[in-house]
Amino acid sequence: MRLHLFAIAAGLLLAPALLHAQVVYKKTSLYRNIVVTDDGHVRCLKFSVHRHVPLEQSCIYDFNRDEMVFPYTEYAMSGVILDPHPQRILIAGLGGAVLPYTLHELYPKARIDTVEIDPAVVDVAKRFFDYHPAGTQHIIVSDARVYIKHAIAGGEHYDMIILDAFNGDYIPPHLMTVEFLQECRKLLSSNGVLVANTFSSSDLYDSESVTYKKAFGWFLNVKGLSGNRIILTRKGEPVSPAELQKQAADYPHDLGRFGIDIDHIADLASDKVDWNPDAPVLTDQYAPVNLLNGPRGRGSH
Amino acid sequence: MFRGLVFALVFIAGYSVMSIELLGGRILAPYFGNSIYVWGSIITVFMLALALGYLAGGQLSLRRPSLRKLGLVFALAAAAIVPLVLFAEPVMQWIFASIYDPRYGSLCAALLLFLLPTLILGVISPYAIRLLVATTAESGQVAGKLYFVSTLGSALGTLTTSFYLVLYFEVNHILLALAGILLLGGVVAWTARLPSAVPEPA
Repeated sequence: MRLHLFAIAAGLLLAPALLHAQVVYKKTSLYRNIVVTDDGHVRCLKFSVHRHVPLEQSCIYDFNRDEMVFPYTEYAMSGVILDPHPQRILIAGLGGAVLPYTLHELYPKARIDTVEIDPAVVDVAKRFFDYHPAGTQHIIVSDARVYIKHAIAGGEHYDMIILDAFNGDYIPPHLMTVEFLQECRKLLSSNGVLVANTFSSSDLYDSESVTYKKAFGWFLNVKGLSGNRIILTRKGEPVSPAELQKQAADYPHDLGRFGIDIDHIADLASDKVDWNPDAPVLTDQYAPVNLLNGPRGRGSH
Repeated sequence: MFRGLVFALVFIAGYSVMSIELLGGRILAPYFGNSIYVWGSIITVFMLALALGYLAGGQLSLRRPSLRKLGLVFALAAAAIVPLVLFAEPVMQWIFASIYDPRYGSLCAALLLFLLPTLILGVISPYAIRLLVATTAESGQVAGKLYFVSTLGSALGTLTTSFYLVLYFEVNHILLALAGILLLGGVVAWTARLPSAVPEPA
């Protein structure tokens, strides 16, 4: 809990600093505007600056690469509670490479494949976020769904899949359908873990929840104060929040240097049905995710 | 009356082309993703199909053009949409397995799925111009009005599909509805016994 308070305090202290950050790199890629800023303490990758949308970004501390800046990246690590020894990890969405970096530091022997659609983001991660994949780490420039389909066809399996491909402005609809999640499930090894970092609101929140439920049968929500939502699930029997807390207590590694309080993350996990179970399932045939998440769907949640 | 019907038909054709094009992105995404080249493939194929359709429509208009024959083109366009609903999945599975590069995969899939229906829809505009042009002097004006109506239809097809239709209906249901509307247009054109605006060529 103390760590969590520290994170909030750090966030509050950071807020004004971020306003005075210098732009160190700017590029309009095929897919979005990419901005890298640095204020002398924190370096950030931002995908677009939009007034009404929570600014989705990926940040690292200039002088401490290990410690995570934002709680949602900590929560996205929650998969390691369910599988403390993953051998093969797939991450969809590179960003500032916070997750692949941290997972590699933690599991240097694990194979970590990161799929990123935008070659310009790969370039930025290497140049400005000091991510130089080698050995067990790979970056694949591809649409995540296309890669996953090929990986299934090639008979591959992953112990952990982390979906981190959504930014605040636009959600790729084909990465939120029940067919896509079933493909992810197929790609998981027995007991493989799926973690999804999303932030949806109102109408889409309901449909997204119903869709994950349909594909996996169950999931836990990990929600903090940031408005992000982490969906945590696994192939196989449901895990209750109490069991998750127990497993977190048994977690073998010390995550202190990353600023991660794994017990706190487990405490945040909930299996409460806080969505409308009658919302429509998102399918390849019906996936108006941006319309549901957009002005029409944006509301109080 | 005759003119009104031809304009209405051209509007429907313009609407359908862009509605199908937008849905094309959704249809290909599960197999080829949402990368920029998937849209590149789709737009390329639609432009190519329309180009060939215009050429074919112009040629067809030389041989005893009639509203009935235009009705037949509509029925064919409707029929060419149905395979999208029935066979898109196996066709894309097959291409996905045979072509690894998603650029050429999506191009091939777009060709197989969208070339024929879009080509047939492309036949309609030049053919309709022939049905309405009576004198050389007014030919440019008639063509201008037809482009206006057809492109207005395309604009509305784009807007309604992306803003509303995908919010309320499944992709296949929208495609079937488009096929139904085109077929209806064809039946009306086939059965309407309207005096032609232009003296029938001998």
